[in-house]
Amino acid sequence: MKKKAISILLTAAMLGTMLTGCGGGGNTTAPDNASTPAPAADTNTNTDTSAPAADTNTDAAVDTADEGKVLNVYCWNDEFKRRVQAHYPGYEPDAADASKGLIGDITVQWNITPNDDNAYQNNLDETLLKQDSAAADDKIDIFLIEADYALKYVDSEYSMPLADLGVTDSDLGDQYQYTKDVVTDSNGVLKGASWQGCPGVLFYNREAAKEVLGTDDPDEVQTYVSDWNKFYETAATMADAGYDMVSTTNDTYRVYSNNVTSKWVDGTTIHIDDNIMKWVEDSKAMVDAGQTKTSDLWSDDWKRGFFPEGKVFCYFGPAWLVNFSMAADEAGSIGNMGGWGAATGPQGFFWGGTWICAATGTDNAATIKDIIMQLTANEDIMKDIVVDDDDFVNNKPAMEGMASGATMVKDENGNDVEYSSKILGGQNPLGMYCEGAGSIDLAYLSIYDQGCNEEFQAAMKNYFDGNATMDEALDLFYKAVIEKYPELTK
Amino acid sequence: MNKKEKGLSVGARRAIAYVVLVFISILCLFWFYVLFINASRSNAELARGFTPIPSTNLLTNWINLSSGRAATVLPIWYGLFNSFLIAALSALFCTYFSTMTAYAIHVYDFKLRKFMFTFILMIMMIPTQVTALGFLQLIGKMKLEDSFIPLIVPSIAAPVTFFYMKQYMESALPLSLVEAARIDGSGEFRTFNSIVLPLMKPAIAVQAIFTFVTSWNNYFTPALIIKSDKKKTLPILIAQLRSTDWLNFDMGQVYMMIAFSILPVIVVYLVLSKFIVQGVAMGSVKG
Amino acid sequence: MKTAKSGKVVRYNKWGYIFLIPFIVVYLLFQFIPLVTTIYNSFYENYRSGLTQIGPNFVGLANYKTIFTNGDMMQYAKNTLIMWVLGFIPQIIVSLLLASWFSNPSLRLKGQRFFKTVIYLPNLIMASAFAMLFFTLFSDGGPINSILIQLGILSQPFKFFSSATSSRVLVAFMNFLMWFGNTTILLMAGMMGIDTSLFEAAEVDGATSTQVFFRITMPLLRPILIYVVITSLIGGLQMFDVPQILTNGTGEPMRSTMTLIMYLNKHLFSKNYGLGGALSVVLFIITAILSFAVYNFSNKQD
Repeated sequence: MKKKAISILLTAAMLGTMLTGCGGGGNTTAPDNASTPAPAADTNTNTDTSAPAADTNTDAAVDTADEGKVLNVYCWNDEFKRRVQAHYPGYEPDAADASKGLIGDITVQWNITPNDDNAYQNNLDETLLKQDSAAADDKIDIFLIEADYALKYVDSEYSMPLADLGVTDSDLGDQYQYTKDVVTDSNGVLKGASWQGCPGVLFYNREAAKEVLGTDDPDEVQTYVSDWNKFYETAATMADAGYDMVSTTNDTYRVYSNNVTSKWVDGTTIHIDDNIMKWVEDSKAMVDAGQTKTSDLWSDDWKRGFFPEGKVFCYFGPAWLVNFSMAADEAGSIGNMGGWGAATGPQGFFWGGTWICAATGTDNAATIKDIIMQLTANEDIMKDIVVDDDDFVNNKPAMEGMASGATMVKDENGNDVEYSSKILGGQNPLGMYCEGAGSIDLAYLSIYDQGCNEEFQAAMKNYFDGNATMDEALDLFYKAVIEKYPELTK
Repeated sequence: MNKKEKGLSVGARRAIAYVVLVFISILCLFWFYVLFINASRSNAELARGFTPIPSTNLLTNWINLSSGRAATVLPIWYGLFNSFLIAALSALFCTYFSTMTAYAIHVYDFKLRKFMFTFILMIMMIPTQVTALGFLQLIGKMKLEDSFIPLIVPSIAAPVTFFYMKQYMESALPLSLVEAARIDGSGEFRTFNSIVLPLMKPAIAVQAIFTFVTSWNNYFTPALIIKSDKKKTLPILIAQLRSTDWLNFDMGQVYMMIAFSILPVIVVYLVLSKFIVQGVAMGSVKG
Repeated sequence: MKTAKSGKVVRYNKWGYIFLIPFIVVYLLFQFIPLVTTIYNSFYENYRSGLTQIGPNFVGLANYKTIFTNGDMMQYAKNTLIMWVLGFIPQIIVSLLLASWFSNPSLRLKGQRFFKTVIYLPNLIMASAFAMLFFTLFSDGGPINSILIQLGILSQPFKFFSSATSSRVLVAFMNFLMWFGNTTILLMAGMMGIDTSLFEAAEVDGATSTQVFFRITMPLLRPILIYVVITSLIGGLQMFDVPQILTNGTGEPMRSTMTLIMYLNKHLFSKNYGLGGALSVVLFIITAILSFAVYNFSNKQD
């Protein structure tokens, strides 16, 4: 009897615990989504402590009398909040509750859901779909989006045309065209605006350039990377000298995918652009020739080239990459020694950025209009952002002024000096960024871009690594995309 | 493995046991060491890859996390409180009501008893993901978003915990005890609370820690249900720290935040481990 | 035991229902309704394209047909099985070994409390954080590779996450680390339940510890071991978070680490209630069969 009881207990204990153990994984924690942290170059002065930009010469003279009392903002981090706090006239933070603020008598409610595990979009989608039936004060008023999935929201009835808010095309005339392309729906209607520009250039390792190419002058280096043929010739030279041309195959992906001549999806058929296939061929050749690796962006292996011993010749990226992400404050890093140079590279591209959209059904149209006008179209405010924050803003005159030296910035002693980047060895790269921002043409966006771009790079890694033939990798890509978007076909 | 020990003296076997145990302990503790090292390094240092030597930024990371800019957006103390509240209540509800359910099946001989037991056994095996979507829809319809209720109350129906409790009762709770209580005039509810629950302590401790840890580390459901800052739990705050914008992106803080999140579970675990390690064994001896 | 349940007990039996109320109510509300919705949805085309809802349109068994004809499910079932076996074998061996040491009074191990506590600890780290640490250590330029190169075992870095075998082994290793502590404690409890006079008698007869282990401990432990296998198999079927996080949800390389639940999770992206529902129902049927096996087994013990 006793033995029997014992064995039952034991088996029970076993069973119970094993199940708890093995089944406990039901609640998934997020995959490391560090591959897509919200890109946003931002202040390098602590804007929290500086006085809110009440001194800006424009006052928020919005009549909010017949507006809703709550402005609900949906976003995935606090970047936009800090931007509003520092630069939007008339915004007052709530000292007691960081998720609230005041504009006049309107309460601003910040709804922050992190990106991890697609939680931000899941949450936004569910709330948008209930927008019609939600009480006025619960309706979303503003939501933020990123370029990769912008069209999903822009090409839907849930985002409001800016024209309906009273924002005209000429109001936004100083913005870079590509930032408008991202948020223009399939009927040509503009649905959002961004305060930032994130045009990218090629950052090269000056030491490597001197050693292998014999020069580290940006114009001279540019001649070695001015088109893809030259770029790959240089890659071979670099490999002979022991340098990887780029850190991983994913570094060049954006440059190709921003320069396609067709959409990912034609009707409901998945279509791979020739330029994307060219990326596959070029990348495979580079990997096979030992000129680069296949690690993921943001992995430790990708970051190795931030340091001289990592032996990487160049990275493609926008200003925020070199300013904030390449370990410039770590002694011994290339950035710390001012060892990067900037060159235009083979083709223009952009990386990152956040767009402001107004949700259909909002009862705060006037306030939203004013926020968009102040933050994305007011040259004075945008200049403040540049000067205060070492940022690239979405305003041509402001940026061109900085590039040419007409607008000065303060050095550490408070003197007005022309902008230059220590990390880039004293180079002023802004002209290059401006040129890049103007040249980007994004005519071929689709609502499937995020899924297609992610799955394509993931699938092709198998091909580059030799784990699959190209056809197998392509099949995997089709399969993965159709899982995400069941309406599509191969 | 044991074959090699043939004929070995107790001393030799003991030595082997110690070597293996020490090795396995290192394997288990190593990750805490790596976490500690990473929490002590700055974002830029972390970009260099792993080193086995801690750096000097432990305090800096902690200050940045707890009182720097992050603190104004990352209410970590609220997070700690919320996580603790949800995990503790889940553990309490889960163990109390699972014990009650098990008690019902174990002690009372009602008509649907067998059916209920089989039924609960069956649903025990349904993976959580299977019903996740339906669950979220339901929460939306019930207007329970941004509330702790959908994170706590469902733990009342925990088939796995129920099954463990039921089997434990088979050997640790003789029905004669319940009979005796009845003869003494104790009501059914009182018998359960004052006689059965104390007897079940070891089993409750074991399941309490499991429920607590699972709830504490849960990100998926809270991330979709909780919206306001002051209600967020620690895993959401970690995710938020990881999706922060470039200027503020700081892996040092992320690791510090993870360490900060793990510490309380370790404390709770150590407190309860006495029951866990001994509890199961004690129960078997009792049977 | 059974004889006690007679006579007087009957009039108390309504309490059985009363005590079941909390469970039933909560279960019906929070789990049963979602489950029924899931099954219902499996017969419909029902997903989200961007923000546009497609369906629900009744499609009969089309979703089931898709699942069984595209062949993916078999591959993911195979992956799941392989990774479960890779993790389970070391788990059961190590757990048996440790449990036998802990429960062996003749060894008189010191610091048992410490060791018993420590083997549980890996379970306390969030799987996502655990995976981050793994990435750091096993990256191409990470410390594991540099140690192997310095020792002369490798001439160039081994890409752990680019090979099906090593990816699966890493998943299995993480699972092993996170769960062997549980198994040990349970087995130990089982061993401590064995009548110590049996061991003493064996010792008097001059049996070696190996003989004791295989002739006495193992046979008496058999029911628990069978439970371990069956229940761990069911748990293995639900394997999700470790491979999901370690491979960033891709199941790379070439989906060789994609498990059944990861596949199900893929359909959550498009809110594909139809296909996801059908997959859930199939998983549910498989698990139900296994759970009946467990139930019947536990019945035999009575």
